This record gives sequence, C-alpha cells and structure tokens, in this order.
Amino acid sequence: MVGTGVAEAAFFDEMGRGTPRAVYARLAQWLAETPAELLESRMAQAELLFRRIGITFAVYGDKDAAERLIPFDIIPRLFSRSEWTKLEKGLFQRVKALNMFLTDVYGSQEILKAGVVPADLVLRNPGYRPEMAGCRAPHDVWVHIAGIDVIRVDDSDFYVLEDNARTPSGVSYMLENREAMIRLFPDLMAEHRVAPVDDYPDRLLSSLRSVAPPSTKGEPTVVVLTPGQYNSAYYEHSFLADKLGVELVEGGDLFVRDNVVYMRTTTGPQRVDVIYRRIDDEFLDPLVFKPDSVLGVAGLLSAYQAGNVTLANAVGTGVSDDKAIYTYMPEIIRFYMSEEPILKNVPTWRCREPDALAHVLDRLPELVVKEVNGSGGYGMLVGPHASKNAISEFRAKLKANPTNFIAQPTLSLSTCPTAVASGVAPRHVDLRPFVLSGANGMSLTPGGLTRVAMKEGSLVVNSSQGGGTKDTWVIDDA
Amino acid sequence: MLARTADNLYWLARYVERADHVARIIEATSRLAALPRAYGGASNEWESALVSTGGLKRFTEDDARVPDESSVLSFLVFEIENPSSIHNCVEAARRNARAVRTALTVETWEAINSAWLEMTKFERARTAGKRLDRDELNRFLALVKKMALDVDGSAYRTMLRNDAFYFMRLGHFVERADNTARLLDVKYQLLLPEAEQVGGSLDYFQWTAILRAVSANTAYHWVYRQAVKPWLVADLLILKPDMPRSLIACYENIVRWLDLLARQYGRQGASQRHARAMLAKLQGADLKAIFQSGLHEFVEGFTDDNDRMGSVLAEQYLVH
Repeated sequence: MVGTGVAEAAFFDEMGRGTPRAVYARLAQWLAETPAELLESRMAQAELLFRRIGITFAVYGDKDAAERLIPFDIIPRLFSRSEWTKLEKGLFQRVKALNMFLTDVYGSQEILKAGVVPADLVLRNPGYRPEMAGCRAPHDVWVHIAGIDVIRVDDSDFYVLEDNARTPSGVSYMLENREAMIRLFPDLMAEHRVAPVDDYPDRLLSSLRSVAPPSTKGEPTVVVLTPGQYNSAYYEHSFLADKLGVELVEGGDLFVRDNVVYMRTTTGPQRVDVIYRRIDDEFLDPLVFKPDSVLGVAGLLSAYQAGNVTLANAVGTGVSDDKAIYTYMPEIIRFYMSEEPILKNVPTWRCREPDALAHVLDRLPELVVKEVNGSGGYGMLVGPHASKNAISEFRAKLKANPTNFIAQPTLSLSTCPTAVASGVAPRHVDLRPFVLSGANGMSLTPGGLTRVAMKEGSLVVNSSQGGGTKDTWVIDDA
Repeated sequence: MLARTADNLYWLARYVERADHVARIIEATSRLAALPRAYGGASNEWESALVSTGGLKRFTEDDARVPDESSVLSFLVFEIENPSSIHNCVEAARRNARAVRTALTVETWEAINSAWLEMTKFERARTAGKRLDRDELNRFLALVKKMALDVDGSAYRTMLRNDAFYFMRLGHFVERADNTARLLDVKYQLLLPEAEQVGGSLDYFQWTAILRAVSANTAYHWVYRQAVKPWLVADLLILKPDMPRSLIACYENIVRWLDLLARQYGRQGASQRHARAMLAKLQGADLKAIFQSGLHEFVEGFTDDNDRMGSVLAEQYLVH
C-alpha cells in the first residue's frame, strides 16, 4: 500500500509503461497514431451527445449544478477475457455469500451463534431491519442487483473496495458509454471485437421475472419504482424502465388493497408482481418506516411479507454492504461456502476495536477514514490530501464515535490512460460491475462502470466528487 | 398506461402549444404596435396581448405596472409569477416530459430538451445584464415556435400510435381550441359585420394581425379569394374544418383521438360523448346565427365547454 508523495510510477498502470501489456497493445498503438486534434473533436462530440440525450446527474448541495454531466472519458479501459473470467468467478462467489448471509441473519442466525460476526454489529446495524426477522426472500434471493466496487493494484489480484447491495446505480452509464463509443470510434471497436453489453436489460428483466411471487397469474408485471425526477439518479431510473419496457412508477402511482399492490392506470387498477425499487428502505412504506415519507406506498411491506409482491432488492440488504460488515467478508465467505475468497478485501482497521483505533489515530495523515454507513464519498477523510485542520477536526469526530468509522491505507488504485487537457495521461480508476441474481441463477454482463478520478493524482472516483466514467471493454486474449 | 403518465403527456402538449400561442401573440402585437396611430396602432395593443394570453388579471394585480411594451413583454416571456409565461410553459413542458421520458421517443425528448437548453442560455444572457433587443427577442420567439413544430413533428414521425400519442394529441388540440377562442374573444368587437369596408380601414390591420397570429394570412386568401373581411375571419377561425387552428378543426381532431383511445381501451365514455356533442354543435352552426346571438356570447360559451372537455377527460383517464 502506498502513501502520499509517491511518484505516479509506483502505481500499477493498466496499459503499462514502456512496452504495453498485451491486452492494451492495439490501443497503445492507436493512441500513438491518433492526432491530438481528433481526440479533442471526439471529446467535444461526446459532450454534445450526452448533453442532448439528457444524461445528467444531480449533485446534492450544489444548486447551480442541478443538472450536471458526469465527465465521460473517451479512452476505453480494457480487460482480457481471462482476467474477466477470474473476476466473474470471484464476484459470483461474493454475491452468493451476501445472499446466504442475509438469509441467515434474518433467519436462524447461525453465523452469529458461531461468533464469526459479532451479533451487535448485525443486530444494531442501521441497515438491519428487525421487521424482516423471520422473513424469507422469495427464492432466497435478497440482492438481485449488486454493484461490487473493485480495484486493481497489480496485474494479478482484484480487491473489493465496497459492496453495494441496496440500490446500486451507474448501470445506465455502462450502456450509454458503450453507445457513445460505437458512434465515436466504430473502427477501433471493430478491431477489438468488444464483448457486447447491450443485453443487460434483457438479463435484468428475466432475472426480475424469475423472482415473481409464486401466486402470480400469467406474465408477471414488473415496474421500476423511483423517488421521482428530482432524485440524482432519475435519469437512470427512466432509462432502465424504458429499456426493460416496464412502467416507471412513483409512490403515488401505487396503492395496496388487501395486501396486493396495484398501479393506477388509464384503464383502472393493475396488479403489480415485481418492484425494482430505487428507493431506500426507510422511504418504502410510511406505515412501517418514516411516517412522513411521501415517496413510498402505505402497506407495501405487509404486501411483501404476505408474499404478494417481490421487492428487488429485498428489504434489509443494507446490513450486508455496511462498511463494518465488509471487514468480515472473507470470514463470511469461508463460513458459508467453505472456500477461500477469490477477490481480496482491502486491509481495514475497525475503529470499534481499541487497538485498531489507537493505530489509526497514530497514522491519520496516511489513512483513508470512512463512515461505516456513508456513501458517495461524503464524510470521508483522505489523509494524504487533507489539511492539518481537517485532520484534527476529523480526529475529534473519530474519538467521539469510533464505532462509526473504519480506516484503510491510501490505496494504490491502478491508473489508465485518460484524455485530459494536456493530452493523454494516467488517471486512477476503479470498476463497478453489476451482478444479477435470480431464481434462474447468476449473471454478469462483460463490462461495467469504470470510474476515473479526472484530477491528477486524485484517488476519489465518485461522481459526486467530480469523478468521470469510461467505457469498459472485455476483449479476447491475444 | 399509468394515469400519471397520461397526465404528463397531455400537459406537456398543452404547455408546448401555449408557449407557441404566446410567442405568436407577441409577434402579431409587435407588428401592430409599430403602426402609425391612424392605421390602428392603438395604444392598448399590449393590453389586449395580455387578454388573449389570459394574463391580464395577474398582470394588473401589481397596481404600479403599466401595460407598455417592455413590461408586457417581460411578463409574457420571462415572468415566473405568470403561469403562462413562455418561460414557465417551457419549464413545465420539460418537467412533464422528463417525468415521462420512457413514454417519449428520443427525438421528441430532444426537441423539448434542446429548446429548454437554449432558453436557459437566453436567460443567462439576460440576467448577466445583456439587454434583450428586438433581434434577440425575435430569435427567441422563433426558437419557441420551432420547439412546437419539432415536438409536434417528431411525435408524428416517431411515436407509436398508441395511448401515449393520443394523449399528446389531445393536449395539443384542447389547448389550441382554447387559444383560438381567446384570440377571437379579444378581437370580437372588430369582427362584427358592420358596413362592408375593404382594405385601408382602421381595423384592416387588426384583422390581418389576427390572421397572422394563427399563421392564416395566406390561407385566408386561398380559401376566400377576396380582401380580408371581418366576418370571414371569424368564419375561418370558427367554422372552416380545413383551417388547422379553427375551433371546428380542433374538435374534429379531439373526437378522432378520443375515438382511437376508446378503441384501444375497448370502452367509450363521458369524454367521447362530450367531444361529439361539441363537434355537432359546431357543425350545425352558421355564421349569421352566431353573429345574431352575439359572437362574444358564442365564444364565451365555447370556452366554458372546452374547459369542461378538459375536466371530463381528466376525470375519465388522468386521475384515479
């Protein structure tokens, strides 16, 4: 692991310095031959394309940028088929373990009895939903759509940075970035024979239909539930509903009668069987969770518990992607699957443990400290990039409530060639692939969302913090 | 289809249509107001622009405000407090469109979204203190009219012929009927068939301004092959089915799209009955009778009935 002040050369560059790695050979040659003006004009075209389609992303707390574009980088990020196959195996293993963990903690709690994960960490976790205790998700699938954030630090291993098991977003960028690349660089794409990603919506739809309640009559009716157009990911919600060919509903469009969910249509009520919800647990049902929420549907949870509707993802999955639980993932995988984890965990100090806390307080300027339940890069400290004041402020916060934090070394995220103002330069990247689980098995589209920190030296790739995206290509081994 | 989706589509079309109407009224008014007084360049042209866009009441709530060119223009174009200002219409159209992205084709969405983006550019220039001169204003109005054409045309060329398309069409025609009726009502005293004066009369330019506002100056001459006469202007705007903004043409369309909707859903209802009754009334009307019982009364009655059309339609399909 690398701290501050380390030259860029210390990072693993996925294209390779000097002689390119085999998977990048063709792209490296193309970059060498392509005049800077062409890249510039393609960048301008891409910007125009995205702006017109209206792919925007709202950043909370930034009023002027109510609708901002996420910067799109036109240079693709490449994986060879064999790298991808290894990643896929690891992802399936991990997501299967997540689902087994959830079935267990809301069921017989074997893992707590065995003392593998501390019971209070699960049962007092803000993501744990006591309402779900004793419930079984249909087909034991809780996390239908998982977004697992993965990084590379060398050319052999993948590390998981974070599991997203609630309502992971970003898949629309995987699909739209690819469409943009097909328009911008048809020749380059053809030369590389890139594995297609455009069947993702079909995979998602059949996965969602596979988990419809057994009582469903005829073809299951699937809907996407959105908080509405002022949500930062609204574009994605509407995009997905469109690609799936299903209705995009808001809470007010649904109602529950006799524990059955209906949507209000121009021809009267229509029964709904599967809800792909993009609303957090707390807002789903004002009768059970936040009573003042208008985003959800009164009675939804009891309809769900009665087995009359399937929610994807299930209620209560937040307990599995919590950053404190994350630190136990290797043990969780071993416990349920009796296998060694294929994907590694980033070494993590749990600040709830006094020894770890002392160690972290000693080394704050070198570490990344995150809130256990935070997301989107909010409320975290990146030691090497923080001012003295910020560090001492954070130190106080950490001391006041250590259980709320974990710490990790500053990661040596790999870099990829990226088009920037000064030409092509390495920038740090991560990857969010999307893993689907249904009654019909698991599925991974060969691609994903590569996020890139556009600022030189920056390690924060979150779009809410100015990160950009790249298209992700899986190509056959040379 | 979700009732809310239908509602968004219907209102999206209404707001696009309304923005177009306001832009046309401003253009016609600018032209009239620039005439010498002797030619009908009356001093209250801008006030009647307020009336024909339904904004007079709100405008005069502010006592200090005088309905001159610049205050009326900013009221009609940019004012946030005026629900029918072009700014608010375009915002509302886009908000509705954004809520139903899945029901629109990319082309139709882009038609609205790019007009909205252009509008924000204009507004940024305006808040930056750049004065909106006549050239700029004309460019802006042209942009708004183009949005209406693009939305209409792209929907026509790219959308599936199903309920989503029908609800949009209904929005366009219910709003258009309202707009044409308002225009007639503002100018009704000019359209009374008094002594047959041809050309050069004081009102002549007012009549042609009405025609211009509905893009019918040329159409008039093709249909009637004679100089502009007030009662013929009324005839064209009320009773000529081949004039796309006439009241009767609007209702022919409303009946048509409602019937297609009823066919898709397998059921006729109150909307279909109300629309057919409205059409029958227009088909049975003749101009002489309308003038005898009063053009103003006729138009007022029509506006009420058209409002009812909107609420019957909403009750049947848009709220559940």
